[in-house]
Amino acid sequence: MRDVAVLGVGMTKFGRHPDKSLVDLFAEAFFEAFEESNIELKDIQALYYGNFVGEMTDGSGNLSGFMADEIGLRGIPAIRYEGACASSSVAFREAVRAVAAGYYDIVAVGGSERLYTAGTEIGTRALATAVDGVYEITAGLTFPGVFALAARLYAKKYEIPLEELREMMAMVSVKNHKYGAVNPKAQFYGKLGDLKVEDVLNSRMISSPLTLLDCCPMTDGGSAAIIAAADIAEDLVDMPVYVRGTGQSSAGGLFRQKEDIIRAIPRKKAAEMAFKEAKMTPEDIDFVEIHDCFTIAEIIATEAMGFFEYGQGCYAVRDGVTSIDGDLPVNPDGGLIGKGHPVGATGVSQVYSVVKQLRGEFKENPVKDAETAMTDTLGGDFGTLVNMIFSIHRR
Amino acid sequence: MRFVDFFNALLEGKVIGQKCMDCGSYTCPPKATCDSCGSRNLETVELSGRGVIRTFTTTYVAPSGYTEEAPYTVAMVELDEGPWIVGRIDLPGEEVEKLGQDLIGARVRVYGKEFPTEPFYPDKKRRVVPMFKLEG
Repeated sequence: MRDVAVLGVGMTKFGRHPDKSLVDLFAEAFFEAFEESNIELKDIQALYYGNFVGEMTDGSGNLSGFMADEIGLRGIPAIRYEGACASSSVAFREAVRAVAAGYYDIVAVGGSERLYTAGTEIGTRALATAVDGVYEITAGLTFPGVFALAARLYAKKYEIPLEELREMMAMVSVKNHKYGAVNPKAQFYGKLGDLKVEDVLNSRMISSPLTLLDCCPMTDGGSAAIIAAADIAEDLVDMPVYVRGTGQSSAGGLFRQKEDIIRAIPRKKAAEMAFKEAKMTPEDIDFVEIHDCFTIAEIIATEAMGFFEYGQGCYAVRDGVTSIDGDLPVNPDGGLIGKGHPVGATGVSQVYSVVKQLRGEFKENPVKDAETAMTDTLGGDFGTLVNMIFSIHRR
Repeated sequence: MRFVDFFNALLEGKVIGQKCMDCGSYTCPPKATCDSCGSRNLETVELSGRGVIRTFTTTYVAPSGYTEEAPYTVAMVELDEGPWIVGRIDLPGEEVEKLGQDLIGARVRVYGKEFPTEPFYPDKKRRVVPMFKLEG
């Protein structure tokens, strides 16, 4: 297998885009990535595109061909990947595998989604298509609901009074909003940067014990990246960022996973796969961009990825370990909570943040001396899990 | 076993599951393979229909198609035979909030309740929700 590197990355501002289509959002992100990749359009051999619910939000399916055509690549193989909130991370990983295998030399990856413009009811129903479509949705289980179930189970299992856990969860929101508020691409840029724990606890209850500020927002946005075989990348750009390891895993419904929903076993498997491929351990990672769709989700993720013992992730947040000046900065770009979560675009937007950080171009919230970083994207109730490790060092 | 068989039985007050003839464990709701060992050597059996609440949440913001029913309390119950199922606790939201975490571990009996279906639900005639009634 060949080494693979990222040439360029792009993303739209995340937020509300009632005046831009799924195609507009992807194209905008794509050309930002293209401009910094030092290639010609004809060099791109395939498109790997992620989208979750275009049918429900925009009445549009079969999206990949329209994306390729829009950016001037009519005729290339264009494939849409759907893995709920991990859609573009799945697309990215498959693109990496195709280049690593030698099938392609240079490919484009990305995603777009319009959840904010779709409105809360349609958006909530669209997101809920990622729970079991027969046995879970019938009870009206939503995504805040999934992680509310996890939060209560976590409190019970690790014998933490619920109110105490809620305070530590709120600290995740305070942290991620603080970082999101200074990220110009974030949905909450210039907003909510000085939240207090009480603000989170007292905001509107969505699905007990999760309040509005425990949840990431509904977001419209697009993201893109262009990747190439490492030997080619080194001739094209000054600072290629290498994809050192990737992992992916799956699961069925929450009720099949039982108590394991707070251990996120698919994430443990995906992270271990990525670490093995990279020949690394959690100690080698300088910072992570994690799927904090809800405050408790970030806590569970840091444990399952191997950074903290099970039941200890909440204390890491409380003690500042996951702050930007802590031992393991988590979500210095604001995460899904501060930056926004345009589902199908989220995974590659994490790649965007990691690449910018590692190149030293993330001026707003630089992670000091960062050389190696990891992404974590969760699709559904652990049904699709992708972890990827990036570094400025080739091997 | 078809998914509608599970819900039809639920409306008759029965919880149907599968017993694995190879490893002896139970799978519920039904599946093509044993949830523990993957065997296809399964026999349909009636379960006790009783279990304990393992976690729950009261949902105030419901998806399109479910908004008339909100607020409602979704729970995961561990049946006495081992499987976990998703359903709703049949208590008003205020009572659930009052009980809080103490609801976890409470014993319940399972029954089925019919609701109007919605455009995206697989059963176009009706939607059956497993309901959890507190015992004692």
